[in-house]
Amino acid sequence: MDTPKNLKYAKTHEWVEFLDDSSARIGLTDYAQKKLGKLVFVNLPLVGDELSLGQPLGDVESVKAVSDVISPLEGNVAEINEALLDAPGLINDDPYGAWLVKADDITNNDDLLSAEEYDAFCESEE
Amino acid sequence: MGHYLSITDAQKQQMLHAIGLNAPEDLYAAVPAALLHNAALEIPDGMSELETLRTMEALAAKNTVYPTVFRGAGAYRHYIPAIVSAVTAKETFVTAYTPYQAEISQGILQSIYEYQTMICTLTGMDVSNASVYDGASAAAEACAMCRDRKRTKALLSAAAHPDVIEVVRTYCWAANTELQLIPVKDGLTDLDALENMLDDTTACVYLPQPNYFGLIEDAPTAARLAHSAGAKLIMGVNPIAAAVLKTPAECGADIAVGEGQPLGLPLSFGGPYLGFMAATSAMMRKLPGRIVGETTDADGNRAFVLTLQAREQHIRREKASSNICSNQALCAMTAAVYMAAMGPGGLREAAVQCLSKAHYMAARISAVPGFALRYKGEFFHEFVTECPLDREGVLSALSEKGILGGLPLPDGGLLWCATEMNTKAEIDVLEDVLREVCAK
Amino acid sequence: MKLLFEKSVSGRGSAYLPQCDVPVVTLSAGFTRETDLALPQLSENDLSRHYSALEKRAYGVNDGFYPLGSCTMKYNPKINEKIAALGGFTDIHPLQPAQSVQGCIDVLSTAEKLLCEIAGMDAMTFQPAAGAHGELTGMLLIKKYHELRGEGKKRTKVIVPDSSHGTNPATAVMCGMTVVSIPSGSDGCVDMTLLREALGEDTAGLMLTNPNTLGIFDKNILEITTLVHEAGGLTYYDGANLNAIMGIVRPGDMGFDCVHLNLHKTFSTPHGGGGPGSGAVGCKAFLASYLPKPQITVEDGAYTFDSDCPESIGKVKAFYGNFLVVVRALAYILSLGSSGIPDAALHAVLSANYFKKRLSEKYTMAYEGLCMHEFVMTLEREAKENKVTAMDIAKALLDKGIHPPTMYFPLIVHEALMAEPTETESKETLDEAAGIFLAVYDAAMKDPEAAHLSPRLTAIGRPDEVAAARTPRLRWTPEQP
Repeated sequence: MDTPKNLKYAKTHEWVEFLDDSSARIGLTDYAQKKLGKLVFVNLPLVGDELSLGQPLGDVESVKAVSDVISPLEGNVAEINEALLDAPGLINDDPYGAWLVKADDITNNDDLLSAEEYDAFCESEE
Repeated sequence: MGHYLSITDAQKQQMLHAIGLNAPEDLYAAVPAALLHNAALEIPDGMSELETLRTMEALAAKNTVYPTVFRGAGAYRHYIPAIVSAVTAKETFVTAYTPYQAEISQGILQSIYEYQTMICTLTGMDVSNASVYDGASAAAEACAMCRDRKRTKALLSAAAHPDVIEVVRTYCWAANTELQLIPVKDGLTDLDALENMLDDTTACVYLPQPNYFGLIEDAPTAARLAHSAGAKLIMGVNPIAAAVLKTPAECGADIAVGEGQPLGLPLSFGGPYLGFMAATSAMMRKLPGRIVGETTDADGNRAFVLTLQAREQHIRREKASSNICSNQALCAMTAAVYMAAMGPGGLREAAVQCLSKAHYMAARISAVPGFALRYKGEFFHEFVTECPLDREGVLSALSEKGILGGLPLPDGGLLWCATEMNTKAEIDVLEDVLREVCAK
Repeated sequence: MKLLFEKSVSGRGSAYLPQCDVPVVTLSAGFTRETDLALPQLSENDLSRHYSALEKRAYGVNDGFYPLGSCTMKYNPKINEKIAALGGFTDIHPLQPAQSVQGCIDVLSTAEKLLCEIAGMDAMTFQPAAGAHGELTGMLLIKKYHELRGEGKKRTKVIVPDSSHGTNPATAVMCGMTVVSIPSGSDGCVDMTLLREALGEDTAGLMLTNPNTLGIFDKNILEITTLVHEAGGLTYYDGANLNAIMGIVRPGDMGFDCVHLNLHKTFSTPHGGGGPGSGAVGCKAFLASYLPKPQITVEDGAYTFDSDCPESIGKVKAFYGNFLVVVRALAYILSLGSSGIPDAALHAVLSANYFKKRLSEKYTMAYEGLCMHEFVMTLEREAKENKVTAMDIAKALLDKGIHPPTMYFPLIVHEALMAEPTETESKETLDEAAGIFLAVYDAAMKDPEAAHLSPRLTAIGRPDEVAAARTPRLRWTPEQP
């Protein structure tokens, strides 16, 4: 799958889609969903929760493992994608469409990578 | 002297040689010499099987088995059909490990799935786990299930079993969360007091059913009060009583827990017992411990498997909500065989007989002057009476007749219990003995 | 195979109870159950056959070799079952007066003395029902210790190696503490530099098992426990691996302040398909008053239970613990005796090393050299190069009628298989099993596709665990197709 050029990326394998200067959607990249395997459950934060850069905002479960989803920015949770609670496999099927949370009041979103930088980073991880 | 080794001395030499070692001590080369316990263990020499049996039989003989038991208080003597131990003594069930390899463990996994289903129908709840250690720790785990970031306080009825209170108190202290006891009025949980205690930091309310004194609580009101305050209701139920009492689901409970010992487990001086935990589907992923689920294999065959494992400690580690690893598998199977053997009719019959014999007994005892029934509320198979004499004296007199009498309570009363195992004749003898003791 | 519910026919059942011989009482309507009690209805014959059929679809140590690492699947002596079924044990109510249960309390007291000697401890409780339960109890002793010293709020960090059982960090969190996980060194043991860095004034304690989950005895253990004590923390021994050293090395001598023992692992009590077990917790004298209540005392020459224990952590279970499990463990210890106990440990280590040597012909070991009672193999290279995983080997073993080793643990070894043969296997069994393991390896490497499809000869093939977790079906309902 090609890494979408219009998104930004974190080294912890989350993508960020800025809707405007202070709000964005966050999801997991194709690299992440491949590594995690088939997801069986998603633990999302609550609307209104604070998002801290570098801190877990929730986690995803496969049959044999749990992985934190790390927040790539500072802000607040404006919306959560409830569809994922019943169908976590959407993340595997459509990682760039299956957003986890929508954040607003965003501050501090430096250090995000472009698509090319992210691809290079992933290559170096292998 | 006893040992269960097959490796002979000759084979030991062969094996050491194959590993490249000369002497058995070389196996511990990695251990610093200072740590090797070079002296013999200060425990007796080993024994033959016959000697071991005699030694343990002698210990068993130092215990008194009462022919007649009128004491409950958390451990109940019920009739256990012979099929129960015939099944649970099957060697494969006894000696199997946890069914992590589903392909060769379908028998065990299916039996747990059946157990889970039975607990669900018994309590009316949507989902059950594969069991936990006992009813008291189940209550503590249930309180943990209800906690979230804002709500951590547990309100526990003071009419719960003292051991349940103590265990929950220990677990709450462990987790640095608050526990408050709801006071008792006339032997029942004081629901007016409960209403005043509920606030937006309350995670849960725990209500025993029946309570420690045998009385039946107004659970639907407790549920309504808890829910209005945004808290959950946990009910601790007696599984035999559950056959005839309004189910926790009917009462509006979020979680149902209880001590499963009455379901086919002998008294056993307190263990092993069985904690059952069942919940609404909304709380499914908060249930601790093992859960068996149904799925299929690649050929479409029905397949049972340990599921939702990502809740558990071996995966979540420090993010797990509980450290619980094992269940009480063989005890859960015991309960399942018992419930299947008794069936709905048999379990109901056992419950009706417990209820009826307890009421007959209450009437007979309270007819003896000074042994008045303490509480007015409706009760199941336990009740409290006063005692006009020194209780030790009364209980000794009963003991001489092979009767284990009611449990002496801290405040002077006696907590009696009757089950389907007690006959009318036994109860009549009880009354006679009590009258005799009073006459002296 | 059908479920009990699917075999149920309304009206079937057995007559286990006589008629009620007193007037029947009913509850008032407001308390009466209205929902159907949908338990299955079968004749005893059909019920008995059902469980016999289930038994054929299960596998226990009584059926064959069971080299599950970390579980100590040793032989479960039959005499212990007979003893645990004596009426003088099974028919005793836990709340009988003390003078009528002297035998029961004697069992607990004698087991305490013997296990304290084996573990190098001064006092013990049998209240915890399992290893994890024992861990909780032991860590609560530590929590109490710091609280009574006014350091409860300060000392909240528990150090745990990354090779530990998952229960260790989960337990620490249940005790309101946070976990500091320290990566193991390249030798699989505690990294001393990282340990020193992690220790401080906020250290509550360290949880460790030795030998560790890689089957390696950490030779720095005395230094480790000394460092923790110097930092003001206490040391907790996870006794899951005691079978390697019982009677030969004592946790108390290694500098541990409290321990849990798995009676259902080391002391031969059966696993029962996942319980009941017993997680006895032993401690040094300075922690003894914190043990759960009631505690055994002697009054006027007779045993009794004392509930007046003001410094006790409280209770972790109702009554006294899984008594019938302790009965079995006591019988085992009495049978083996002072020389049988260390002899069993020695043979456990011998068997493991022999088995490891045989398997080394093909399997890559995570660590070279002598192991203790268990060892870890890794299929990491095979997984990368040939797409043969630990899972594939394990499932292929099932087709050969052997229970596979523990899969994917410890987490620090990729594609891990952990094997623990125990001391009760014969050399013939080990040789035969080794032959099968090697044959399975060859077959899998030659035809990885076939390995992916295994097992083919078992009751079911690999279950769809993703579907099980995504769409949980956790009970039977009549509406199900």
